[in-house]
Amino acid sequence: MKIMPCPLNGPRNISEFVCQGEVEIEPDPATASDRDWADHLFMLDNEAGVVREWWYHVPTSYWFIAERNTVTDEIVRTYPTEELIERGGHPADFESKS
Amino acid sequence: MSGGASRLPAPWGAYIDRDRTVRFSFEGREIEGFAGDTIASALAANGIRLLSRSFKYHRPRGSTSMSGDDGGGLVQVGDEPNVLADVREVEPGMTVVGQNYIGSLESDQASILERFKPFLPVGFYYKAFFRPRGIWNYWEKLIRQTAGLGRVDPDTPRRYYDKTYEFCDVAVIGAGPAGLAAAAEAAESGADVLLVEREPDLGGSLAFQRFDPDAFGAERTLCRLRERVAGQSNLRVMTNAVCTGWFADNWLSIISGNRLHKLRARSVVACTGVLEQPPLFRANDLPGIMFGGAAQRLIRSYGVKPGRRAVVFTSSGDGYGVALDLDDSGVDVAAIVDPGSASSGDSLTLAARDRGIRVIQGCAVAEAVPRPDKLNVAAVLVGPVSGSDFIADDRERIDCDLLCVSTATAPAASLLCQAGARLQLSESSGSFEVTSIPPNAFAAGSVNGFFDLDAVIEDGQRAGMSAAHTGDETAPAAVERERGQTRRYWFGTEHPDGLDFVDFDEDVTAHDVCDAIAEGFEDIELLKRYTAMGMGPSQGRQSALGAARLVARVTGRPLSEVGATTSRPPAFPEKFGHLAGRAFKPVRRTALHHRHVELGAQIMTSGLWLRPAYYGPEHARAQLINEEVRAVRTGVGVIDVSTLGGFEIRGPDAAEFLNRMYTLSYHRLRVGRVRYAMVLDDAGVVVDDGVAARLARNHFYVTASTTGAEEMYPALLWRQAQWRLDVDISDVTSSTCAFNLAGPRSRAVLEKLASDIDFSRAAFPYMAVRVGRLGGIPVRVLRIGFVGELGYEIHVPSAQAEALWDTLMEAGDEFGIRPFAVEAQRVLRLEKGHVIVGQDTDGLTNPLEADMGWALGRRKRYYVGKRSIEIAAAKGIARRLVGYRLVGSVGTVPEEGCLVIRRGEIVGRLTSSAWSPTLGRTIGLAYVAPDQAAAGHVFDIKAQDGRMVRAEVAALPFYDPGNTRQGL
Repeated sequence: MKIMPCPLNGPRNISEFVCQGEVEIEPDPATASDRDWADHLFMLDNEAGVVREWWYHVPTSYWFIAERNTVTDEIVRTYPTEELIERGGHPADFESKS
Repeated sequence: MSGGASRLPAPWGAYIDRDRTVRFSFEGREIEGFAGDTIASALAANGIRLLSRSFKYHRPRGSTSMSGDDGGGLVQVGDEPNVLADVREVEPGMTVVGQNYIGSLESDQASILERFKPFLPVGFYYKAFFRPRGIWNYWEKLIRQTAGLGRVDPDTPRRYYDKTYEFCDVAVIGAGPAGLAAAAEAAESGADVLLVEREPDLGGSLAFQRFDPDAFGAERTLCRLRERVAGQSNLRVMTNAVCTGWFADNWLSIISGNRLHKLRARSVVACTGVLEQPPLFRANDLPGIMFGGAAQRLIRSYGVKPGRRAVVFTSSGDGYGVALDLDDSGVDVAAIVDPGSASSGDSLTLAARDRGIRVIQGCAVAEAVPRPDKLNVAAVLVGPVSGSDFIADDRERIDCDLLCVSTATAPAASLLCQAGARLQLSESSGSFEVTSIPPNAFAAGSVNGFFDLDAVIEDGQRAGMSAAHTGDETAPAAVERERGQTRRYWFGTEHPDGLDFVDFDEDVTAHDVCDAIAEGFEDIELLKRYTAMGMGPSQGRQSALGAARLVARVTGRPLSEVGATTSRPPAFPEKFGHLAGRAFKPVRRTALHHRHVELGAQIMTSGLWLRPAYYGPEHARAQLINEEVRAVRTGVGVIDVSTLGGFEIRGPDAAEFLNRMYTLSYHRLRVGRVRYAMVLDDAGVVVDDGVAARLARNHFYVTASTTGAEEMYPALLWRQAQWRLDVDISDVTSSTCAFNLAGPRSRAVLEKLASDIDFSRAAFPYMAVRVGRLGGIPVRVLRIGFVGELGYEIHVPSAQAEALWDTLMEAGDEFGIRPFAVEAQRVLRLEKGHVIVGQDTDGLTNPLEADMGWALGRRKRYYVGKRSIEIAAAKGIARRLVGYRLVGSVGTVPEEGCLVIRRGEIVGRLTSSAWSPTLGRTIGLAYVAPDQAAAGHVFDIKAQDGRMVRAEVAALPFYDPGNTRQGL
């Protein structure tokens, strides 16, 4: 069984984790065409090479990002989501909070 | 002598205990062996070599390796099929029979199949059975009867299996000379070492092979290595333990008895040795033909004289050692046949010559001649070798009842290959060598190409040292020594009359391989799949090399280009029991489970949860459910809803978080109020629902459904990881219990109890939340109405749930309080037309189809799934969830899942169906075509018995359309 180096918990059996698929930035729903939106929902890049994926450590409820080579099955790097996503940087972050 | 007529005196027979006789039966005949014998060794001691019949032609077969590496020794032991007779230890009273024969093992009626060999060509299944259509159905029965292995007994009792987890710095697989040296060296370097050996004792080849003219020279080396291993406190030894798989990041599966060990090692040293390989000659599969190592195992490990008159066929000093062992144990060695032109000068060769054993140099075995009964070898035909692999016609017949073959070996590298190493054919030896060994993995000893005993031990020490220092950059890199002269092997040659088997398991001959290549299957992986070679019980351990060499020769490709097929786990047999283990089945119980049991509840499962279905005996099911429904409608009932998910969402952005996650709007929800909360996925599909209670400006308490709770928490956290709002989300599902106190008299029950909450209608309206104490217990009370009556959902810390339940039951006694459960709740909510997500919705249902458009915040700019809902709304929906009641005189009451049919087409299905005691009729929810959705529309249902039933669309809710009762 592979070992996943978790940024929070260190090296753990990969069976403790769930993969949520590629990290995709949601297009702005207000401006995306139907086609763009359908692409976002249903089409995956499925690249042969290094991909960026969401991973979740189930026992500690921790989401992070892993860069994984789908050809060699090598986990290149893992890091907390904060490194990738800026605070408030998501396209959904536009609702008035008043 | 007891224990079989062919027993040798001590010290031969290191594994057996001559004081403990074991009696068992083989083919109905009583056999006597010793404790420590395998089935095959005990049978050999009694002169029995024939163990089973081959897969395709039903040829007689016995074990050729005596180590479980070949597929010839599979037998049936009681209800257990495919037992390796040369590995399984004998037990008193065990019933052993051979496999795959019709009639008797010795006279198998199906052995006539061999005569049809010309009509059973390679790829026979693919060629013969696909036309005309359906012909396979006819042949399948016959083939399954004649081609097969053991018999599966469906009445086999369940046996106990379990699993353990092991960790170590260095795992050493194989405790031969290299493995013992590697383990000792690694342990002396300070590593935590686990040494895994599949045999009952340590030693590997040292335990059975002869390395010098002195018959017991190897034993002294073994003693020395044993002492080194035994002296280490940081070295654990597992014997009778088979490593079956080497998975990513050095995760090994090891089976011993009924236990599967899952081992994680920092580095692994494979000291798995070599496997002797069968050379090609006619009838090379006859019983009585075995590898030199098998004869030596019989002699040294089991004290069995392997035959009376033997021929040894060898290309290396190993075989001369076999001849010496045979001679020492009283076997008449008729000749040593050595294809080499000049004898080597090693000590074993010289010793054999000194004894006057006849050596036939420059010759090879071309054919084995069977006895008249065809069950054993009777003689071999030997001819002079000309060229690299051709045997001249000038043949000498040598009578023998035993032919020991030691002409070639191949590395036992299936585990190494699983780890990523490769097998390559070497031009110099003609056999495989292991290359591309991955990091943190090591090979040592003969699997690594070393054969001289001193070199093997030195290589083991090198690998053990390197493995112990894995990851230590400062450690000096160990240098592998030169391999020296490679061995010259003999692989045999095709016989013009056939029966020159490449793969014994699947009865594939050299001729078959050549035919397959001629048909274009020259890639080794394709060849394997077309001929089934390497797919049998021995998994190509003795056929991969022969096949690769044939491919190279027939296609004219260089040996180094051919390669071997992919090695996959398991390398050795595993049982489903090993994989299943103890079959743990987790369940969750609410804090009140024992109270439900005391009340006589019938328990059902809901996800992992155990929940009461109804209270009372099973035979009164329908009546009990009706009574529970009536109690809620007319008096007061209480249900344990602790299984609901509960999440605390706190922080300045709490309302914003809910606004994005859930479909309704929460920014303007007042503190102390509750709002429905529905969750969609990105595609707009309803995934869960609950309620959101605003406890403070920056604090919401949100519930989730019983089945959805477990998935909701990661889903909330995943969104938060992307939104990065200023909120904290915690899952309080397990630490919180909840009861729904429902019915017109529920307020009266609560008002009896001491509380700082004002339960009056004016102070605590419908869809409000209050935090306080009830009978001294801290509670959150949500006034909501899933069942459509005045009702309070009371959330309480799990530790105090029992006290509160008891308090409520006591207070409710005078009002006739009655506990109700899941079945009654399903009826109650159906009467109100409330949807259960997951029952009345499926993996594609959007809220418009489920008639829940009211729960979509139309003025919101964003919620998860909104964009998809807009697209769906523009496209229009294809089905609609409606309430229905059955029309006319009803014979069959259609169950949930029955189809809605219109003009022969399926347009929908029933999702809920129940008898409503309140309304006195059967009601339900169903998907129908959108143009059938208007109240009063009549549609047809195909009931479970095939009859058509009429139903009429009814306006929802069925009960209390004005919603007056929940607002009382």
